[in-house]
Amino acid sequence: MKDTLQNWLPRLVVAPTFLLVVLFVYGFILYTGYLSMTDSRMLPSYGFIGLENYTKLFNLRHWNIALVNLAIFGVLYIGICSALGLFLAILLDQKIRAEGFIRPIYLYPMALSFIVTGTAWKWFLDPGIGLEHTMHVWGWTSFQFNWIKDRDYAIYTVVMAAVWQSSGFVMAMFLAGLRGVDSDIIKAAQIDGASGVTIYRRIIIPLMRPVFLSAFVVLAHLAIKVYDLVIALTGGGPGQATELPATFMYSYTFARNQMGVGASSAIIMLVMVFSIVIPYVYSELRQGQSK
Amino acid sequence: MSHSENAAPSNKLVRALIYTVLIFFVIYYLLPLYVMLVNSVKTLEDIRTGNLMALPKLLTFQPWRDAWSNAQIGVEATGLKPYFANSLMIVVPAVALSTITGALNGYVLTKYRFPGADIVFGMLLLSCFIPFQIVLIPAARILGLIGWSGTIQGLILIHFVYGIGFSTLFFRNYYAAFPTELIRAAQIDGASFFQIFRRILLPSSGPIIVVTVIWQFTNQWNDFLFGASFSGYTSTPITVALNNLVNSSTGVKEYNVHFAGAVLAALPTLIVYIVSGRYFVRGLMAGAVKG
Amino acid sequence: MASLTIDNLHKSYGATKVLKGINIEIEDGGFLVLVGPSGCGKSTLLNTIAGLEEITEGDIRIGGTSVAGLHPSKRDIAMVFQSYALYPNMTVAQNISFGMEIRKIDKPTREAAIKRVADVLQIEELLKRKPSQLSGGQRQRVAMGRALVRDPQVFLFDEPLSNLDAKLRVDMRTEIKRLHQRMGTTIVYVTHDQIEALTLATKIAVLKAGELQQFGTPDEIYNDPINMFVAEFMGSPSMNLLDCDVTNEDGLMLRLAGGQYPDVVLPAPDCDGLARYVGQTVKLGVRPEALTDPEGANRSTDRIVEAMCYIDVVEPAGSDTFAVAKIGAFEAIARLRADAQITPGELTPLAFNMSKAVFFDPATQQRIR
Repeated sequence: MKDTLQNWLPRLVVAPTFLLVVLFVYGFILYTGYLSMTDSRMLPSYGFIGLENYTKLFNLRHWNIALVNLAIFGVLYIGICSALGLFLAILLDQKIRAEGFIRPIYLYPMALSFIVTGTAWKWFLDPGIGLEHTMHVWGWTSFQFNWIKDRDYAIYTVVMAAVWQSSGFVMAMFLAGLRGVDSDIIKAAQIDGASGVTIYRRIIIPLMRPVFLSAFVVLAHLAIKVYDLVIALTGGGPGQATELPATFMYSYTFARNQMGVGASSAIIMLVMVFSIVIPYVYSELRQGQSK
Repeated sequence: MSHSENAAPSNKLVRALIYTVLIFFVIYYLLPLYVMLVNSVKTLEDIRTGNLMALPKLLTFQPWRDAWSNAQIGVEATGLKPYFANSLMIVVPAVALSTITGALNGYVLTKYRFPGADIVFGMLLLSCFIPFQIVLIPAARILGLIGWSGTIQGLILIHFVYGIGFSTLFFRNYYAAFPTELIRAAQIDGASFFQIFRRILLPSSGPIIVVTVIWQFTNQWNDFLFGASFSGYTSTPITVALNNLVNSSTGVKEYNVHFAGAVLAALPTLIVYIVSGRYFVRGLMAGAVKG
Repeated sequence: MASLTIDNLHKSYGATKVLKGINIEIEDGGFLVLVGPSGCGKSTLLNTIAGLEEITEGDIRIGGTSVAGLHPSKRDIAMVFQSYALYPNMTVAQNISFGMEIRKIDKPTREAAIKRVADVLQIEELLKRKPSQLSGGQRQRVAMGRALVRDPQVFLFDEPLSNLDAKLRVDMRTEIKRLHQRMGTTIVYVTHDQIEALTLATKIAVLKAGELQQFGTPDEIYNDPINMFVAEFMGSPSMNLLDCDVTNEDGLMLRLAGGQYPDVVLPAPDCDGLARYVGQTVKLGVRPEALTDPEGANRSTDRIVEAMCYIDVVEPAGSDTFAVAKIGAFEAIARLRADAQITPGELTPLAFNMSKAVFFDPATQQRIR
């Protein structure tokens, strides 16, 4: 070959960044995986102890609270975001004149940092100065809303703030899906005599299946990763009432000097995310190829 | 969009109801921002005695001045100013680097397909979804090894590496739709690998560059986890500083300063969103719908 | 200008063989058309000539010099793409001169070259426009201009007319032919349109599934097809291929059994090979224009035979009238004069020009000679 350099150049261009990612993502995953089977505490140490950290992890009340919280948070967050997102998308799809004004307002929270969202909601929900206080000032003195201080209800305030931040994004996904429906199909249904509600219920929403799937994957992986919001909103409290796996991992690894346990919790998080994302990415890539 | 015209309910009552619901949600999404803004220009006394929703009795910009340059964060009363600068110094180079590599990777992966290109892309794609907790421990080790712990360049490296996946995804999908015949025509014209990239591809890449820059900027500016884990005294980003400000346990809680600080931290991404919301949404969608 | 030789060319993607030993040679100034159904490998073959795809085995020579392994820009070729592949961010003039710019040719020379090409193709008024501001036909001209300006040894065309509407396609076809007549440059032209192939080519290569079926002049390809695939693929409407029994009753006869329609019996033309098939069934190939109304038949040959056939459907097409007829039990298309008196559902005599008839072995699909 006379143009060897030109032939190899493309691969040489991709190689450095690819190797960086291989090291910083896959290499690091392996390293963390190995650490999770060692007796590392404040610093990495290489005494191999098998799956002991995992046994320890699942016997920790703290971790089990985090898992239950994740379940509550995940189900409500995904469920409410999807329902609200679809609902608002359908409303916005009704030839709304002010759509260009309303849509960006629904979506802007996605541009904010979770820390900012958390700060805003933290004080908004604070009984001392927030909603409760405001209602009292307005004369509704019996009004009570102190979930953020209540061990049993604090996790729901995390859901509230997270839904506020993400539902507009889900709305945008559904709206794009609705707009992508072939208008001939809808005309055909109208000629068949279907009403507006029937058209949505029987034809359009069933066609939204891929959007539901995409929304689910995005929201689920966000739910597992959510960290900043909890830190800013409740700091994991009151007590451990709003701990999630992400906050658990951080505090065990860096504050409580239980690096081995922290690493094993990170591995569990990775397994959760990958079990959702890998099948999805795989099927998307396969579809992309068959096109 | 034509179907929405056909399917639009004509009943006046129904339409009034739809508008009412839409406006209710406009208020819902705007409320936290309103609360932050209106309380950032009140005196502390006003917040304590008044209510969160009311307009300020006495308009003051002192909280903004305090948040920017006087507030006590950590040990020093520097305000958020130096942290804002830190965030800029981290984010600008990291965004530039990951955008450039994303563009080159996308170019190679679509136009110079080599054996194993799909595997390379699959691994880059999957790296977008990992929970970052999995890399915290080894990343801290590596930064320590190369002497970049707690430095700006350390955070640049981290943001750059974990931004490669999404940048590559964006550019790959964009360039996949770019006609390969154009590349071939340029090859026959004698253009080299980089000449084709610079003269043929880049001039047509405006929209996707904007999408990628916005996406990376928003994500990196809003990052908290890496900032909290890897920043040092001189490299703390604004999100971490804001959280320290809000959650510092010493002294009086200066809510007005907290709100001003939160708006300050949110301002850059909010401005980007207001100026180029269209591209922001496109990025979000591209991140959600792959293939 | 140069000759082009393709010598035992193989191309595989992994285990998939897309070109299986192609041998083609075209003289200097020839117009080679590569034709075949989609997926036959014709575009791949063109890309290997251009150097856009590597070859697995064999050799390609332009003007006697091997170009295997050479970068496309060093082969002295120019290519016109199906989508025209005009650089969207450059003006027409920049599109045309981009290659010269890359080769660092000075500006006055470039300007002169642009002017010369714009003159030939009459696109002077378009030079400052962007491709998005051009119509399909104008883009086509610019794409040709970009190729012309290189003054190459060989022009490569990859289905250049397939994105144009029918009328423009005919005009541009003539234009390309005129250009070739005037400049005499060697051209390789890929199309799936057999009419383009027949009108433009000095030599046609018919491909199917990566194999060269037949290579010859348009006349050879049309009148002397080597197998059933070539016979059916070239010509529109396609050649009628009818099962007939070869019998020997005072000379070789061909019998097309009719069932509910009349049997048709035709005397076999001179064809030595046919004698071996007595008592067997062969495929009779008759082009529509060799099956016509008796008044319209070509009387310059003495091989005209008439037979009664059942007319199923009549399709007037302006200059001609096509009829779907039953030849024996088999459906065939006949091409009649526009004013031929013919009614569907009736038996009508049709004239067979047996001097144009060809025969194929139904098992091997090869020509019987």
